[in-house]
Amino acid sequence: MTVKIDKFPGVYLHESDFEQGRVLYNTWDPQAQYAWDAGIAIGRYLSELKQGHLVGVRCNQCRRTVVPPRAFCEWCFRPMDDWVNLPDTGTVNTFSLCYVTWDMQYLTEPQIPAVIDIDGTRPSVGIMHLLGDVDPKKVHIGMRVQAVWKPEEERTGSILDIRHFKPV
Amino acid sequence: MAMRKVAVVGAGMTRFVRRALETGKELSYEASKMALDYCDLTLDEVDCVVHGTAPDSFDGVHMKGEYLSDGSGAWRKPYTRCYVGGGTGVFAPIHGWYHVASGLFDICLVVCEEKMSSCQPHPQGAFLTIFDHTTERPLKPNLLWIFAMEMNRYMHTYGLKKEDIALVSVKNKRNAADHPCSLLGDANITLQDVLNSEVLAWPVQRLDVSPVTDGAVALVLAAEHVARRICDKPIWIEGVGWNLDTAYWTNRDLCYPRYVEKAARMAYEMAGITEPRKQIHIAEPYDPFDYKELHHLEGLMLFDRGKAPEATALGITQRNGDLPVCPSGGLLGVGNPIAAAGLMKVAELFWQLRGEAGARQVPGQPRRGVAQAWGDLMQVGTVAVLGV
Ligand SMILES: [Zn+2]
Repeated sequence: MTVKIDKFPGVYLHESDFEQGRVLYNTWDPQAQYAWDAGIAIGRYLSELKQGHLVGVRCNQCRRTVVPPRAFCEWCFRPMDDWVNLPDTGTVNTFSLCYVTWDMQYLTEPQIPAVIDIDGTRPSVGIMHLLGDVDPKKVHIGMRVQAVWKPEEERTGSILDIRHFKPV
Repeated sequence: MAMRKVAVVGAGMTRFVRRALETGKELSYEASKMALDYCDLTLDEVDCVVHGTAPDSFDGVHMKGEYLSDGSGAWRKPYTRCYVGGGTGVFAPIHGWYHVASGLFDICLVVCEEKMSSCQPHPQGAFLTIFDHTTERPLKPNLLWIFAMEMNRYMHTYGLKKEDIALVSVKNKRNAADHPCSLLGDANITLQDVLNSEVLAWPVQRLDVSPVTDGAVALVLAAEHVARRICDKPIWIEGVGWNLDTAYWTNRDLCYPRYVEKAARMAYEMAGITEPRKQIHIAEPYDPFDYKELHHLEGLMLFDRGKAPEATALGITQRNGDLPVCPSGGLLGVGNPIAAAGLMKVAELFWQLRGEAGARQVPGQPRRGVAQAWGDLMQVGTVAVLGV
């Protein structure tokens, strides 16, 4: 770094330091549980998902129709005006082929998260979901997709009521 | 605005390592002590202390700012901890800057520390809470998804290939070989090494990403009358900016960091910069992923949109190029202890502008540099312009 300093603090620990018991440490395994209230806008979004519908909201001032729904327009800072029924189709805006889990376990078949721009939104905006029923090699930006819903009796009012999106 | 001039007069840092023997307090102390020794100040002379560090969940310590306060020399002083995600490392000196620029304090110690190794089995576990708890977390996302999707969108928009982007990783890891504190410096790394590294979340491969790291960095800020008395060559904080874009990240175009542009415009205006490409001689943009350096160079308006990869291929961003970018080695090379990594970039400008960067010194007596960090849910930009 600076030429004025020739020795820097910070001791690098190696696996062998732990295997051979040269360093001490203790651990903690927290039991933290939470329950999140869905709220007004997302509450309705979830109950519509349970019915097999995808809905957004419209602001008449900035003329946007957006999803996920929100109770107020964050730009105009006023309540949203209308609920809008959206089709369950859209276009892949971007995606990844993910071969690891969050704790770096390897997957042989990739998960395919995507941002899917939902038809009927304006300007075109998306939600995050997974792609399925598709060869990972064939996924591309611009691909047209449609929601694959769980059977009605299995839906719980969750984003998972849509299993994934598949190519149209 | 009647604001006082503020200078950086001292800097210190620990080595960046995968897992440090030292606690966070001890790392904070080492960096702080080095920064104070650098400018021959004692803790008594420090008026206030600012600390930047990641959320409490990272360390499993409630009110981590308080936990780290003794190592930061904060007791019996006005003390605040700030946090804007990955943007913290450049926001913390901004926070210190307004303490001094306002006239409230003359000397401020700014400390950033991160000990990512404590979170088991992987600190990604603590990151998962950035996703919306109701509309996104049921999908069991991992942190790489969001970056991989942003990188893919960037590549698609401008028709870029992996090779165009991997050159950044090669450059920064090579630059870091000259940094005595670096974790992943490698003078011999090649483009093929990056392209052949394992795929994590396509298009992100192992060597496109910065590593989990422990480390700390500290700066001493002083008001003009103090800086001129105690420092032979103060480095002035000429402009600061910060900006937050929408957290509905799936609702904005991921190909361009508009929040960085807004933060840069704020900082440039304060610094009197009208032509950043001519008036800025060194850039230290945030590079936790190789594509992010390119993304941020464009947001900083140092290259046209989609053109930073071409400039990289032409060697313009090499240490001896027209616009040296991450001469430190960046997060990809030196390491990524989140808040400390951002402050390392500001410290690098301090050493570079003083001509003290040793083997990393940028030629041609650079007079002005910009440091930038990025964070929250990918939509906060923090920018500082430093000059001689
Ligand atoms: Zn509106």
